[in-house]
Amino acid sequence: MTTTTTTTAGGVRVVKPTVASHINDYWGRIRGGDLGSLPAILGLVVLCLIFGVARETFLSSLNFANLFSQGAQVTFIAMGLVFVLLLGEIDLSAGYASGVCGAVMAVLLTNHGWSWYTAIPAALVTGLAIGFSLGFMVAKLGIPSFVVTLAAFLGFQGVLLSLLKGGINVSIRDNFVLDLANSNMSVGVSWTFAIVAIVGFAAVQLNRVRSRAARGLVTDPMGIVLARIVGLAIVILLATTVLTQERSLNPVIISVKGVPIVAPIIAVFFIIWTFVLSRTTYGRHVYAVGGNAEAARRAGIAVDRIRISVFVICSFMASIGGILAVSRANSVDPNTGGSNILLYSVGAAVIGGASLFGGKGKAINALIGGAVIAVIDNGMGLMGYSSGTKFIATGVILLVAASVDALSRRRAAATGTR
Amino acid sequence: MAATPLLELRGIDKSFGPVQVLHDVGLTVYPGEVTALVGDNGAGKSTLVKCVSGIYTMDAGTVTFDGNQVAVHNPRDAAALGIEVVYQDLALCDNLDIVQNMFLGREKTRGIVLDEPTMEQMAGDTLAGLSVRTVKSLRQLVASLSGGQRQTVAIAKAVLWNSRVVILDEPTAALGVAQTAQVLELVRRLADNGLGVVLISHNMNDVFAVADRIAALYLGRTAAEVKTTDVTHSQIVELITAGRSGNLGLPPEKASEFIDITPGDHQ
Repeated sequence: MTTTTTTTAGGVRVVKPTVASHINDYWGRIRGGDLGSLPAILGLVVLCLIFGVARETFLSSLNFANLFSQGAQVTFIAMGLVFVLLLGEIDLSAGYASGVCGAVMAVLLTNHGWSWYTAIPAALVTGLAIGFSLGFMVAKLGIPSFVVTLAAFLGFQGVLLSLLKGGINVSIRDNFVLDLANSNMSVGVSWTFAIVAIVGFAAVQLNRVRSRAARGLVTDPMGIVLARIVGLAIVILLATTVLTQERSLNPVIISVKGVPIVAPIIAVFFIIWTFVLSRTTYGRHVYAVGGNAEAARRAGIAVDRIRISVFVICSFMASIGGILAVSRANSVDPNTGGSNILLYSVGAAVIGGASLFGGKGKAINALIGGAVIAVIDNGMGLMGYSSGTKFIATGVILLVAASVDALSRRRAAATGTR
Repeated sequence: MAATPLLELRGIDKSFGPVQVLHDVGLTVYPGEVTALVGDNGAGKSTLVKCVSGIYTMDAGTVTFDGNQVAVHNPRDAAALGIEVVYQDLALCDNLDIVQNMFLGREKTRGIVLDEPTMEQMAGDTLAGLSVRTVKSLRQLVASLSGGQRQTVAIAKAVLWNSRVVILDEPTAALGVAQTAQVLELVRRLADNGLGVVLISHNMNDVFAVADRIAALYLGRTAAEVKTTDVTHSQIVELITAGRSGNLGLPPEKASEFIDITPGDHQ
């Protein structure tokens, strides 16, 4: 391993990383307790292998496609929860908030004859309003988020029941809404989407290296950058290949192929929130408030406004999750967004690598954690385990993830890498 | 030595309810010099700093900056003048890296996107200007830095904004011997770069090592403003503990006026 010393424009001497030193640094961070999404990715691979061996149908393209719509609601709520967790807060009401928003849409569509382009915005606005009220109570009144959202958890359950007039199942017939979670893109559009995603990622990565190199700043080694691009390309191309296969049980009657529409919806929000967190002033301030609220306040950051905004984002994402859940079930009932949805969502964020202690987390954590949860739920279902066993297994995995979080935090404190 | 003071405080009064914490306090800061602000616990050092930095509003008194009388009502006014405070508890975010911390709250952007290359370059330039060459990478998380390095980052953060006056609240309180020396060297270099530096410290060795002038506070009053070369170690200690030393300091009656507040020690 050779390391050549270089000088940044500022004159602070730093070591120019090579592929070997980059991998070495990464390994050092892992050993130092900064695990990121690694345990979740390893867990995902192991789970897929176990379920794949035990049940052949688990690895079929039909089941693979199902995972997207099954995991969508949890993944969306988890993406919103990442923001709340970043501040070290919690939103226990996100599950029922998604149920309420889904119910608002369904009731407007079915009982009041609204069309999708007015009913969906109404549901989204409901989500924003819920988030604002929660955030306001936490930030301005100073009530702990645990208490505010626990109260809201109960309250929204009641709101959902009264929206559904005491628990009547409201079904929807609007094709646009039904398509969201149940239809696929055509094969051509699927491939276009895959290629655009890969080219876009490559362009962003290469552009960053180019602009930094032009300023004489240290860049990631080219080998690592190319490995990232090729790695993502392989995953996307493989997934698209599988999803564009015919997967209908009876292809003569109806043909089912293409990437589920849910996938690009998840991808778009994943990209938006990743961009917001890593590339904007707002995202930087969210991390700062999560890391040291007093330092953020002294730096002139409006801490209260940041605190309110994360609850708004969380409930907004929950409303989208609710819309997708209603679309998938073709109806809304008093249990939409209830039972295990919230715990699965918190679990997804934490399993994916977001910290319950604040200051650490990314949108990708929700995506990977959501995939783990969807795989467990789906795989154990295929293996014929009862809901009871599923809950126990998910509970254990959440506990393991939280332990990993707590232990890695302790280790990080000891080694000084956090 | 510069003839005109960069920052001059005169007749500062500050009360919290019935308790008057500052009585007619003055402080003069010259460019290119380190002014040590010393005093016992409760003498009003922190209150004075918070008044200058706009966190507290002063009840009376004038602030002259660069020859012009100015009003400091909030931290933004102070920042606009170029007055920066490095607090004792460093106010850095452990989960952010060096560059991110240095620009916190004042990030450079291009459109809505953070301009990371520019920020990294400016941070590098500032650290190099302070002759800091000990960090492994500007993208290192602050959590992984030693106490001295953190103090360096906090100070670099304060000088990044073309600040004119930097106020350091006990910068060496939590540091070991070698790191203290490093930070003091950095404090000296700030002054050599032409800034007015105010160093709050309890440590007489630090004060005599770097300060050009010493301002001593005693029970909310200015006991003395002297040049370091004109006084001895023990004179400063007397000024801090008794408010006067020989012909320096508060007149005897003023100094004793306040002594009887100590419980169980009535005269």
